[in-house]
Amino acid sequence: MNSVIEEITKKYEPVIGLEVHAQLKTNTKLFCSCKNEFGGEPNANTCPICLGLPGVLPVLNKTALDYAIKASLALNCTVNPKSKFDRKQYFYPDLPKGYQISQYDQPLASNGFVDLPDGSKVRINRLHMEEDAGKLVHAGAERLHGSAYSLVDLNRAGTPLTEIVTEPDIRTAEQARLYVQELRLILIYCGVCDGNLEEGSMRCDVNISLRPQGTEKFGTRAEIKNVNSFRSIQRAIEYEIERQAEILDEGGEVVQETRLWEENRGCTITMRTKEEANDYRYFPEPDLLPINISSEKIQNIQEELPLLPSKKREIYSQEYKLNEEESFIFVEDLERGSYFDECIKLSNNPKKVAAWVNGPVAAYLKEQRLSYFDTKLSPERLSEVLKLIDDGIVSDSSAKKDLIPDIFTSDLSPIELCDKKGLKQITDESAISGEVEAIVNQFPDQFSELKSGKDKMKSFFVGQAMKRFKGKASPALINKILDKLITK
Amino acid sequence: MNKDLHLKKATEIAELVNSKKITATEVTKYFLSRAEKLNTKINAFNFLTPELAIEQAQNIDKQIQDGKTFILAGVPIGIKDNLNVKGIKTTCSSQILKNYVSPYESTVTSKLWEAGAICIGKTNLDEFAMGSSTEHSAFAPTKNPWDLQTVPGGSSGGSAAAVASRMVPIALGSDTGGSIRQPAALCGIVGMKPTYGLVSRYGLVAFASSLDQVGPLATNVEDASLLLSVISGHDEKDSTSLEAKYEHISAQADLKGLKIGLIREFASNGKGINQEISNSINSSLQLFKELGAEVKEVSMPLISEHCLDVYYVIAPSEASSNLARYDGVRFGYRDTEATGLLSMYKKTRATGFGSEVVRRIMIGTYALSSGYYDAYYKKAQQVRKLISDEFEKTFKEVDVLLTPTSPLTAFPFGDKLNDPLSMYLCDIATIPANLAGLPAISVNCGFDSSNLPIGLQLMSGQQKDQKLLQIAKAFEEALRKNNSQVSAKLPELIGKVN
Repeated sequence: MNSVIEEITKKYEPVIGLEVHAQLKTNTKLFCSCKNEFGGEPNANTCPICLGLPGVLPVLNKTALDYAIKASLALNCTVNPKSKFDRKQYFYPDLPKGYQISQYDQPLASNGFVDLPDGSKVRINRLHMEEDAGKLVHAGAERLHGSAYSLVDLNRAGTPLTEIVTEPDIRTAEQARLYVQELRLILIYCGVCDGNLEEGSMRCDVNISLRPQGTEKFGTRAEIKNVNSFRSIQRAIEYEIERQAEILDEGGEVVQETRLWEENRGCTITMRTKEEANDYRYFPEPDLLPINISSEKIQNIQEELPLLPSKKREIYSQEYKLNEEESFIFVEDLERGSYFDECIKLSNNPKKVAAWVNGPVAAYLKEQRLSYFDTKLSPERLSEVLKLIDDGIVSDSSAKKDLIPDIFTSDLSPIELCDKKGLKQITDESAISGEVEAIVNQFPDQFSELKSGKDKMKSFFVGQAMKRFKGKASPALINKILDKLITK
Repeated sequence: MNKDLHLKKATEIAELVNSKKITATEVTKYFLSRAEKLNTKINAFNFLTPELAIEQAQNIDKQIQDGKTFILAGVPIGIKDNLNVKGIKTTCSSQILKNYVSPYESTVTSKLWEAGAICIGKTNLDEFAMGSSTEHSAFAPTKNPWDLQTVPGGSSGGSAAAVASRMVPIALGSDTGGSIRQPAALCGIVGMKPTYGLVSRYGLVAFASSLDQVGPLATNVEDASLLLSVISGHDEKDSTSLEAKYEHISAQADLKGLKIGLIREFASNGKGINQEISNSINSSLQLFKELGAEVKEVSMPLISEHCLDVYYVIAPSEASSNLARYDGVRFGYRDTEATGLLSMYKKTRATGFGSEVVRRIMIGTYALSSGYYDAYYKKAQQVRKLISDEFEKTFKEVDVLLTPTSPLTAFPFGDKLNDPLSMYLCDIATIPANLAGLPAISVNCGFDSSNLPIGLQLMSGQQKDQKLLQIAKAFEEALRKNNSQVSAKLPELIGKVN
């Protein structure tokens, strides 16, 4: 938190709520069988239904409904056994029917919450389904106003969305960012959204007001639209806190309005005031039947839910004793996390597995731009390598140094690789005890010092022995022989 | 034989074509030529589709040569111009869609072509099916074949007039508050609104989604039943479509013991019902009694008192939403004078829509706006539920309900054009079935002193469509036996062609 915001928040408490639109990654659109795909030729993925031609009717995509239910359950919401679709009416060229099919007074789900990694909790007010609008491309200007002409691309029209609305529980810009990050992960874990903010798979509107610290009553809020990256969520909120605080400090009143976040200029500007607000004239969508969801269906989807990020973090830190950074990476990077999860099933040393996965494995894959399950180093093979290290057959350092890249590419087994490269350590005590004794005899003074309790001398002898065996005898084994000679 | 093909039933034409006594192409040419001539007088069709028709007919002929048969083999049909036929204009009789060509096929029409029917053309309607006279067509009104000075009813006036003048033996209409039944009544033919959901709405340009239903218009009950059997059935493209499929009736119902409910509030001059119509309804009731039916007067105060109010909140509300897509952005008409986005919306919609459509969009937009929703739309839906309950209760006591279809016979052009409320009253007896999603049929039961047809409406409980048509057929038969002069009557002008 920057110092200006820190100063402001001594006086005012920001009250923040978020509305996040997340695209559901179904194969087809919400009400027709067009492909639900980002990019592509303009208007390639359209049909009479998503073009809103005269006489067409919507038919609900059942997978989209299942996905939305899944998201609801992952957000600890109550899925309402009865809900319905409504028409939200306004005119805009990207809205083919002149109304958006959404849910108004009976949303799919309500009353959930998200636990954030910082220990705070954000309550979810509701989750509902709706269709996305198309996109406009303006010639000669950034927006419709001032452009010579505008083109309409309806590829996105009819894409299934869930709108997830929080309670006004958020108090800082950072917490808002954390919430969206966590929400994104949850949706990705459930497999219902790809979480790609750059492509607009998740879009965020922020409601924010200030109230004097210690008071209860909410101040007048502004709604900020077009906040579409983690960074801009934080920046837009901080900008808005400053803007509203300045107004309040001067004795003014915050106007209830919708504002637009201008990423390039780093500020918010007025989009429309309360007076200009649309009357959406919601009414129940007569072309769709009400949605009835049985408790069996909810039960079934609940059982399909994967392990969610917060639970995973808990297992990593409490069961596996990973540090915060390690568990953060495994939760955040889904592929690396599941690779780690597979490896851990074959090992009893999570710390060591984590160090290998995050260390040499991650580095090599990053360099080669490969993914975790795409090389010969399967979790089984990595566990073989780790076993060789545990058994002292190869040293950890030489394995890290010399087995790469062959363990990713070679058809030879790890032990064969060690053989071929001459990495195998001497594990037979009798094979080297004579040599160690000879070294001891070579340095009688130093050995007396060791015998008299000067433990530092031990590393001197280990060093000498390593030199003699060219690193192929394990220090543990040399130590063991030295100990025997001391007590002899 | 060719000379009076237009007097044949659809079932008879299909039989002739299937048995190779005549080709589908011959039938098609016969009706196309007839329609070309008569349409200049009646304007039932917005346009004919000769190329499509001939292509379809030749295709059917080829398959029949290969030994196939079709339920509607070579039967010409008129399609209301708010149903999408691929590659053909769908204008909804509106400026805003004047040159709009549909890139896709409605479910109902695709079923028709599979069944061997031939598309003769797209029939006129009140713009976006809003109206009861077809005078609200943005192009030109349709005339009633029985009297060219009077309206054919609406909104499916084009379909009704086309069938009544035998330009086609059957036609499709859509019924949101009586738009099939009322013009059928005014044109002296059969028109049926099926149970909501029995026929797919996919491809029907929406007016009021929760009320709209596609249905048949025909010269007789059997043809209506056959057409319904072709177009009905579950459609996965329409979430509100039922699993049920309608089976064509093989026989008429035995009316012995049938309990007919006469809604007291619509009987004897109630609700502005014309005296001659009341008289005709009474003789029909007499006929039903002679066939062994029991007639029971029932009181349905909610339906008679509140249907119009409820309808004129719900239908415009849904319409205001359904018609939002005509904004000049992607298809249809765009005002070229516009100077910016808002101006484009405003000018396109102000000049693209006719006055009745604008009126309903305004009413609906108001009813749905914040602060009014509860008092209007929500309240209307609550009353709608009560109306359904009242029907359900009544159908525990009676099998069918009987009313006049329309309080008036065909009225002169311009009579109600500047008085929307009196126009809305035309649908007082037909709206209840839409609100409750019930099947209802209008069949001719006589003529007034000006030789204009009178329609009788029968309604039954949900998904009792088959029973309803069996009863209607029994009545039709009885009327034919009882008064063959009346039942055989045809508009004079139909003989003047061919």
